Amino acid sequence: MFESLSDKLQAVFDKLASKGKLSESDVNTALREVRLALLEADVNFKVVKEFIDRIRARAVGAEVMNSLTPAQQVVKIVHEELIELLGKPVPLDLSGPPPHVIMLVGLQGAGKTTMAAKLALRLRKSGQRPLLVAADIYRPAAIQQLEILGKQIDVPVHSEGTDVPAATIAKNAVRLAREKAYTTVILDTAGRLQIDEQMMQELEQVRMVTRPAEILLVVDAMTGQEAVHVAEGFNQRVPLTGLIMTKIDGDARGGAALSVRYVTGVPIKFLGTGEKLADLEPFQPDRLASRILGMGDVLTLIERA
Amino acid sequence: QKTRSGILGRLGAIFQENEITEALWEELEETLIMGDVGVATTMELVERTRDRVEREGIKSTRDAYLVLKQEMVRLLESDEPLHIDEPRILTVVLVVGVNGSGKTTTIGKMAHYYKQRGRKVVLGAADTFRAAAIDQLKIWAERAGVDVIAHEPGADPGAVVYDAIRASQESRKADLLIVDTAGRLQTKFNLMKELEKIRGVASKLVHRAPHEVLLVLDASTGQNAISQAKSFKESAGVTGIVLTKLDGTSKGGAVLSIKRELGVPVRFVGTGEKLEDFALFDPVAFVEGLLGDS
Ligand SMILES: Nc1nc2c(ncn2[C@@H]2O[C@H](COP(=O)(O)OP(=O)(O)OP(=O)(O)O)[C@@H](O)[C@H]2O)c(=O)[nH]1
Ligand SMILES: Nc1nc2c(ncn2[C@@H]2O[C@H](COP(=O)(O)OP(=O)(O)OP(=O)(O)O)[C@@H](O)[C@H]2O)c(=O)[nH]1
Ligand SMILES: [Mg+2]
Ligand SMILES: [Mg+2]
Repeated sequence: MFESLSDKLQAVFDKLASKGKLSESDVNTALREVRLALLEADVNFKVVKEFIDRIRARAVGAEVMNSLTPAQQVVKIVHEELIELLGKPVPLDLSGPPPHVIMLVGLQGAGKTTMAAKLALRLRKSGQRPLLVAADIYRPAAIQQLEILGKQIDVPVHSEGTDVPAATIAKNAVRLAREKAYTTVILDTAGRLQIDEQMMQELEQVRMVTRPAEILLVVDAMTGQEAVHVAEGFNQRVPLTGLIMTKIDGDARGGAALSVRYVTGVPIKFLGTGEKLADLEPFQPDRLASRILGMGDVLTLIERA
Repeated sequence: QKTRSGILGRLGAIFQENEITEALWEELEETLIMGDVGVATTMELVERTRDRVEREGIKSTRDAYLVLKQEMVRLLESDEPLHIDEPRILTVVLVVGVNGSGKTTTIGKMAHYYKQRGRKVVLGAADTFRAAAIDQLKIWAERAGVDVIAHEPGADPGAVVYDAIRASQESRKADLLIVDTAGRLQTKFNLMKELEKIRGVASKLVHRAPHEVLLVLDASTGQNAISQAKSFKESAGVTGIVLTKLDGTSKGGAVLSIKRELGVPVRFVGTGEKLEDFALFDPVAFVEGLLGDS
């Protein structure tokens, strides 16, 4: 049922096989399949366009055109370029003096609250003393949700109910962290649309009073073409330092990660791999590239090339 | 006021030029793809529009634009009646979907919508898994002024549904029960099985229940939406879609592919986080929103 990119490319080249040396237009036919695969993976249309231009230069070179296995060669080039674009994994920046503030932002339902708890667990295990902060005063039961998660991982949660502005709660939390020697303060903010002026102002205020070391955009792996505008919208108001992609445990190809990385230039830091609080992985570019191409086994394929 | 910058906002402008050219069709394709309509459905829509434009000898871009709109609306329309509105002692609606798509919020809004239309509504809190999911549903129920039947966190969802139906039939004398379920990714075999079990409980207690199974889909979802609809249709018998978060900049173009490939219609839309931000799906308004033309 599932035809991977390399099968499709193989079919393209099989049709041409008799003609001997490949022409530029043969390669372009193959690149159409690549384009389609990337669009099906939800990579943004414009990003795909620029990406294809980038790999065309390499694909019309001798590597592919003289190869006995052109399909594999094209896959290899695409894979390598994807890895390049996705960038290297970058750890959390905890270099300054503590407490380090980590602020999670994103659209509604992306997975911020869960991710806040996952990061807290990870930091606690690495010897830090994290404090979780319930700065979502809007979503029904958001505070309870964070408190339940905090209890599960034995990390304290600072909350002040729903009548205090988010920025005040965040500011108080940082002061508390200083007093009680917490080393990291993880701010769970409410989900919001990047076009919601009032809510974006709230984020700016939270940032101003807490001076976060990290502002991480949480993006759902299932997000489609608009991911670029969402990321640009957040990045303009609160300069992002990293991206986190959640719900990668399903069958979404996660092309939005590439789009968001491409338009913001900020590194992808973590992947959310499930609903449990241990389900967190550092980002690995090669694996994400394979996933976007719909080929889990791309590495073995390349070894054969 | 939120800006109305539909991703397809340019489309109206393209069609204001006078000549129907190849570039126009390309631009059209491009804009539909950027609206998450998906490559295959985009190709089909453009082809059908082109065919009609040629067959009917259409010369103006304005008329070609109307043809496109018609084709999109026609694809989205459904003859199947909404089973919630049929006369019945107790109607059971099951609400399903992936994590965070907007199920619990939708149920709160839907309870309000039907209560205002004279129905006696009860909610079933069958998401016993997610932290504070029950508290969240209770807050929505209070806002809407309806009852909730809930167990403790971690309880068996099937048992919750059982009790919710019994309570609806007996003590609460409700005519509409809406059941919230935990979010689950469609690839999780055991969790999808659980939905079959919930269905089983409902059908044993109420003739032909659940009468509607609504898949809640986030409008910002890309091509994974089709996989979601396929799996939830198979496991949970999805009969319709609620498209949420349409107040954002995503316009939910993936539902065109879902309708084309699986025949599942959109029934309702969610347009915000307030009780009233909920409406019946209107294909014409939706298409105009998608094309940035409203
Ligand atoms: N399968 C899976 N589910 C996840 C993951 N991360 C979060 N979730 C689920 O996604 C849903 C939404 O997560 P939340 O953490 O509440 O999302 P949020 O961004 O805080 O939502 P709002 O506060 O409403 O904007 C919940 O059901 C989570 O359990 C993940 O990596 N995998
Ligand atoms: N802007 C906007 N936000 C919405 C809409 N519907 C739901 N939300 C928000 O989306 C987030 C997730 O909504 P929930 O109702 O908790 O989603 P869910 O599907 O029940 O989530 P899980 O139970 O964790 O799977 C919340 O922050 C809601 O306020 C909508 O139509 N527009
Ligand atoms: Mg949250
Ligand atoms: Mg829910």
